[in-house]
Amino acid sequence: MFGPEKGALFCSTRCMNPLFFTASQLDFIAEAGAKRSIYHEETGMYRILEKQVLSDVTKLMVVEAPQVARKARAGQFIIVLMHDQGERIPLTIADYDKAAGTITLIFQEVGKSTKEMGTMNVGDSFRHVVGPLGHPTDIENYGEVICVGGGVGIAPVYPIARELKEAGNRVTSIIGARTKELLLWEDKMRAVSDELIVTTDDGSHGRKDLVTVPLKEILDSRPGRIKKIWAIGPAIMMKFVATTTKPYGVPTIVSLNTIMVDGTGMCGGCRVVLDDGAQFVCVDGPEFDAHKVDWNNLLSRLAFYRPEEQAATERYQKDHECKLDRAIANGVK
Amino acid sequence: MAQLTQKERMKIPRQDMPVQTPEDRVQNFSEVALGYTLELARLEAERCLQCKDPHCMEGCPVEVRIPEFIQAVRDGDMAEAVKIMKSKNNLPAICGRVCPQEVQCESRCILGKKGEPVAIGRIERFVGDYELANKTLEMSKGAPTGKKVAVCGSGPAGLTCAVDLARMGHEVTIFESLHTPGGVLVYGIPEFRLPKESVIKAEIETAAKALSINILTDYIIGRTLTIDELQAQYDAIFLGTGAGLPMFMRIPGINFNGVMSANEFLTRCNLMKGYRFPDFDTPVKVGKRVAVIGAGNVAMDAARSSLRLQSLLAKANGKEKSDSEVHIVYRRSSEEVPARLEEVHHAKEEGVIFDFLTNPVEILGDEKSAVRAMRCIRMELGEPDQSGRRSPVAIKGSEFDMEVDQVIFALGTSPNPLVFNNAGDLQRSKWGTVVADKDNGRTTVKGIWAGGDVVTGAATVISAMGAGKRAAADIDGYLKGQFEW
Repeated sequence: MFGPEKGALFCSTRCMNPLFFTASQLDFIAEAGAKRSIYHEETGMYRILEKQVLSDVTKLMVVEAPQVARKARAGQFIIVLMHDQGERIPLTIADYDKAAGTITLIFQEVGKSTKEMGTMNVGDSFRHVVGPLGHPTDIENYGEVICVGGGVGIAPVYPIARELKEAGNRVTSIIGARTKELLLWEDKMRAVSDELIVTTDDGSHGRKDLVTVPLKEILDSRPGRIKKIWAIGPAIMMKFVATTTKPYGVPTIVSLNTIMVDGTGMCGGCRVVLDDGAQFVCVDGPEFDAHKVDWNNLLSRLAFYRPEEQAATERYQKDHECKLDRAIANGVK
Repeated sequence: MAQLTQKERMKIPRQDMPVQTPEDRVQNFSEVALGYTLELARLEAERCLQCKDPHCMEGCPVEVRIPEFIQAVRDGDMAEAVKIMKSKNNLPAICGRVCPQEVQCESRCILGKKGEPVAIGRIERFVGDYELANKTLEMSKGAPTGKKVAVCGSGPAGLTCAVDLARMGHEVTIFESLHTPGGVLVYGIPEFRLPKESVIKAEIETAAKALSINILTDYIIGRTLTIDELQAQYDAIFLGTGAGLPMFMRIPGINFNGVMSANEFLTRCNLMKGYRFPDFDTPVKVGKRVAVIGAGNVAMDAARSSLRLQSLLAKANGKEKSDSEVHIVYRRSSEEVPARLEEVHHAKEEGVIFDFLTNPVEILGDEKSAVRAMRCIRMELGEPDQSGRRSPVAIKGSEFDMEVDQVIFALGTSPNPLVFNNAGDLQRSKWGTVVADKDNGRTTVKGIWAGGDVVTGAATVISAMGAGKRAAADIDGYLKGQFEW
């Protein structure tokens, strides 16, 4: 137990983010109570304050969620729900601002829900934002490290790279995407890395390579120097990063984004098979030792609901087009 | 009705509740049992002998004054019946539907010795539904005490505790991790057994508004807020966070696609309304041949939900009837089935196939990592174990393969360890449950009480409510300076 007289505790000397709040700082709970308690006044507290279109299919949103922001740390995720008919969508926290009480989300429009989310604008509110969930990244001074980000995975790797750099590591970052359009945060990544390598599959920007090629080159050219590697991106990319680094015996951490319902350990739908048994991504992860993950099982589990996802997406798009057609028809009249 | 003699009362048969026919109800998720009419409720109430020394109340974990409320129903004085009921039980519409009355109040009814006991649960449900529809009783907050209580979890234990404390005048805030309050009542128990809007939401909303209870959803204790933070802000804390963590069998193949926990399957169906996909965004899958492992209430819920999903799927594909199957696979015999009698009865009527004395040993997958079969072994009953039940023993060499494409584990749940991040010296058992006094709910940390599944492991709604009630009484005494810690 602690009280106001004891003051806030800090998670470490270098990080001045208070982990625990004094009683007076906790007043926001009472405020939240007045503001958000269901059955009383229902004001949307999870308002979108900023929206950026990073590419045709990649959007960034800064969302008001003070109770999440005050606890958020690199590596963690949240769950959002757009409306009462919506699904619970897990998204990694790309950035957070404790003072402003906001979190930054970056997502790629792949299915019905993310496409719909992409149509939300500044001033709109999410019905629910829950978190922060999962374990934060183990940040310490390891020496020389590599951060690999693929596509929309660059977003969650950014706060990890930043905190590793702040902790005194020499950070080499490799970011890649299918094409230039889908690359994001190159400048931000450059600012927190000692060295940045950019790749695209089609060569439209940076090196024409998969991220694993420069990764292997570094491991070959700096034997024994790389102490740890983080890789976040599509499951297939993380699988190949794991295969690439395994022979070198360099500890490699991946952040998994499996299918989840509640995100709190209740459903078990997110379970991943490791060498030493199954674990839940939501409570035991989301970060895991890449060399222990059963990637084939992971990939097959990710595909389980694909037919339903496709059906929902097609229906949504058709519906969307009908509405557009109607609007145009009405406009013509 | 004129005054009847005891003999005449005993001649009235136990009144059945109107229900949807099995053929109809497997086609929908609407409630199966439709509830008594006032006439039926009064007729059933006439059966009560109004014993001088009633035993029914001893069987009730919250000590509802059963003969009194039944007398009021018999008199047609529903407002009085509601008042008597709510003096002990704030959630009668819920309890009437989900309590295992046959092992509680009704098991003690004197009529049950020779014939059938009074249908206490059905009358209770009628009283609860009457109140939801007619709002005869104004719930009021007690004189403000100036004390603040945090209740973690909005399931049966938390809700009961919160309502009692608010009525005693304390300022109560409920923290709920999911986006909707109700806990297992919302994510676990299906719509066809416990309607979400008309019953649960209505009960919670009425109480929360009348008693100014703050309900904050999206707060995960242990992540969004920790127990030590709550300690700094509240005068007392009640933990009713339930047992949400699913258990899987330790057999090969549990990670094939199509193998899931009943928690996942039911949460998709109930909380996320997956049976209304794609109008609701969360999908839920059902196989052609489903095996549900276990025979408790959760297993029955999963099996019956599967049947309904199969029917809906058949209809969507233009078939008149589903040609699919749902099996309950249980390692003991029909004698030991732990589910509520009515649920087993309904499941059988609806066509669930029961495979007793059968235990899975391995799940087999196809080339796409999807379930194709389940290898089982036959069991026989041996000597009684510690629980007094005869323990099942595998019959050597009796393995056989059961062709299935979905396996749902309903083997029980344990408390979520997430809750206990930064929880100080809160002591827990080796099963992960919180150590708490069974009479007053006190934990090993001053100012923290606990009750419900987080203390007992998965149990019944009413036992959780009883624990919430006992804790509320103790918290009240402690906050008013009547009890020492």
